[in-house]
Amino acid sequence: MLNYTIRRLAMAVPTVLIISLLIFLLLDLAPGDPTAQLPLTIPPEVREDIRMALGLGDPVLIRYVKWLQLMVINEPLHALANLTGWNVAPDTQRILSWQTRSPVGDIIAQRIPQTLWVVGLGYLFGVLIALPIGIISAYKQYSWFDQIGTFISMVGFSVPVFFTGVVMILVFSVWLGWFPSMYDTTLRVTNWETFVRQVRQMVMPVAVLALFNAAQISRFMRASMLDNLNQDYVRTARAKGMKEQVVVLVHVLRNSMIPVVTVIALGIPAVFSGAIITETIFRVNGLGALLINAIYANDIPMVQTLTFIFAVLIVLFNLIADVLYGILDPRIRYD
Amino acid sequence: MADAGGIGRTPLLEVRGLKMHFPITSGLLRRQIGAVKAVDDVSFDVFPRETLGMVGESGCGKSTCGRAVLRLYDITAGTIRLDGVEIGQIPQPRLRKLRPKMQMVFQDPQASLNPRMTVAGIIGEPLDEHAGWGRRQKLDRIYELMDAVGLNRNFVNRYPHEFSGGQRQRIGIARALALNPAFIVCDEPIAALDVSIQAQVVNLLEELQQRFGLTYLFISHDLSMVRHIATRVAVMYLGKIVEIAPRERLYADPKHPYTQALLSAVPEPDPAAERRVERIILKGDVPSPANPPKGCNFCTRCPQVMEICREIDPPTQEVAPGQFVACHLYGEPRRTTAEATAA
Repeated sequence: MLNYTIRRLAMAVPTVLIISLLIFLLLDLAPGDPTAQLPLTIPPEVREDIRMALGLGDPVLIRYVKWLQLMVINEPLHALANLTGWNVAPDTQRILSWQTRSPVGDIIAQRIPQTLWVVGLGYLFGVLIALPIGIISAYKQYSWFDQIGTFISMVGFSVPVFFTGVVMILVFSVWLGWFPSMYDTTLRVTNWETFVRQVRQMVMPVAVLALFNAAQISRFMRASMLDNLNQDYVRTARAKGMKEQVVVLVHVLRNSMIPVVTVIALGIPAVFSGAIITETIFRVNGLGALLINAIYANDIPMVQTLTFIFAVLIVLFNLIADVLYGILDPRIRYD
Repeated sequence: MADAGGIGRTPLLEVRGLKMHFPITSGLLRRQIGAVKAVDDVSFDVFPRETLGMVGESGCGKSTCGRAVLRLYDITAGTIRLDGVEIGQIPQPRLRKLRPKMQMVFQDPQASLNPRMTVAGIIGEPLDEHAGWGRRQKLDRIYELMDAVGLNRNFVNRYPHEFSGGQRQRIGIARALALNPAFIVCDEPIAALDVSIQAQVVNLLEELQQRFGLTYLFISHDLSMVRHIATRVAVMYLGKIVEIAPRERLYADPKHPYTQALLSAVPEPDPAAERRVERIILKGDVPSPANPPKGCNFCTRCPQVMEICREIDPPTQEVAPGQFVACHLYGEPRRTTAEATAA
């Protein structure tokens, strides 16, 4: 297993390099000019100078290698220095955002907490709601609980978040006035009162995302449980005289979790990439909003960096899902 | 069939009027429109330390009968007494306490073992639940059981998929033995194995029966295997027992036309004798258990069918000592089935 993990990690390196090259080339080929949003009165020579100053004069492969060095060596060291306070940050140039002229890494570091809190909690609650619903729905198949649960998950799955989000704002912010419709990023939790405000502004985006995620995962959980409930080994467990609780929660659930855990693990990179739509609706200043604004503003370094981070996360969680699969299912061995 | 074969002995298992009907539902509201009568009014006894073979073709209700006897289903009607305790209608939680006494060896050794548990987990789990032993004691017992069924002790931490079919069935048997049961239902334990392994497993079952004084209900469609292992044999057709007799009597002098047809289908190893065998070829298919024929269940295919067979369900009668047949060919229908079972 360890060998397999190391081999997969080693193989991930060329994968990530190819992805990074593709991202770089695609964005380089995309139309758009970093000076397009500057005033029209700037003469062409000055515009050209600005482009040169941004490093756009070199051939594309040279620029790629330079960017790659910054991306995989300098920026991680800066992040490490910021996190730990160690003096490891190299004293060289960093990847700068074309919008703000500040290092991309610092902006991302500012945005990550909001995304993790809102989208991450939405995912966590979604999973926590989905698992019991899926288990009970399957155990009592065709009961009222199952019918209602299946219906709600069908609704949650088929109604897009931009609809549920807006409906929630209308009902709970406009009509009832319970929760604020906008997420205030500047709020610092210092005492009980600010904590309550923080919770209130998080309720709606978290609920919207939780409904969406729970709908998907509960369907997986239910289907997987149903698959296993009729297996012969379940009858064996009952014949052994095990408690119904043990039969369902140990025998059936452990076997049913194999596909579900994979689905949950593969969903985690999506948490980091932020829920672009939900963040936009509730004005959560997270990574999703950052990416969409960077795309609007032609901020290529920002888009490159974010896309690259997402790509690395997706590769990483794919690997984690595969390893988990091997741990959960003894029939799967990768050596 | 109450006192079949065992005069003066008290049966370990007494089954009377066992019915297992599965509802057929249809329509928007899933209203019940009928029932599959998988087991329909079956009565038999199993005496201590004997093996009752149960034979019949696919779909005749043998397996359902075995599972119903262990109350793996909630039965439709009937009484089941195991060692003097009525278990026919008691709720599952109370039944759980009685599980150590009665166990089952399942047909498919691959599917009936949890793929995510090691051999130690599979064999040891009933001990956790019912014995409450410590680690050491439990492991000793697991080793003891693995020795008893001829599995290498070193395999204790392996998973079921790492074994061959025969070895898996040994795990299934060790698991069934873990709690020292008195009564074991063997539900076609050899059907999924190849012939050389079948003999090993059957011999193992016999050896364990000798050693631990076990009582078997041995369900199989393999007549020669049943002849080898069973003390008495019951023949089922379409949810009913048509004939039950001591092994020698049944194979030497089958009374029911269905038993005769079944036995005539057994291949004869001697080619000269094989040529002389007159096979009774049954025509047509088994009727659906959801809609059995009126009168005798076998009347649609019986070579010796009479007028009465299509009207009246034949009662079970003792035609020879210990040999009970449900057929109109033998004597006048004096007693009804219900009276016979009450006797």
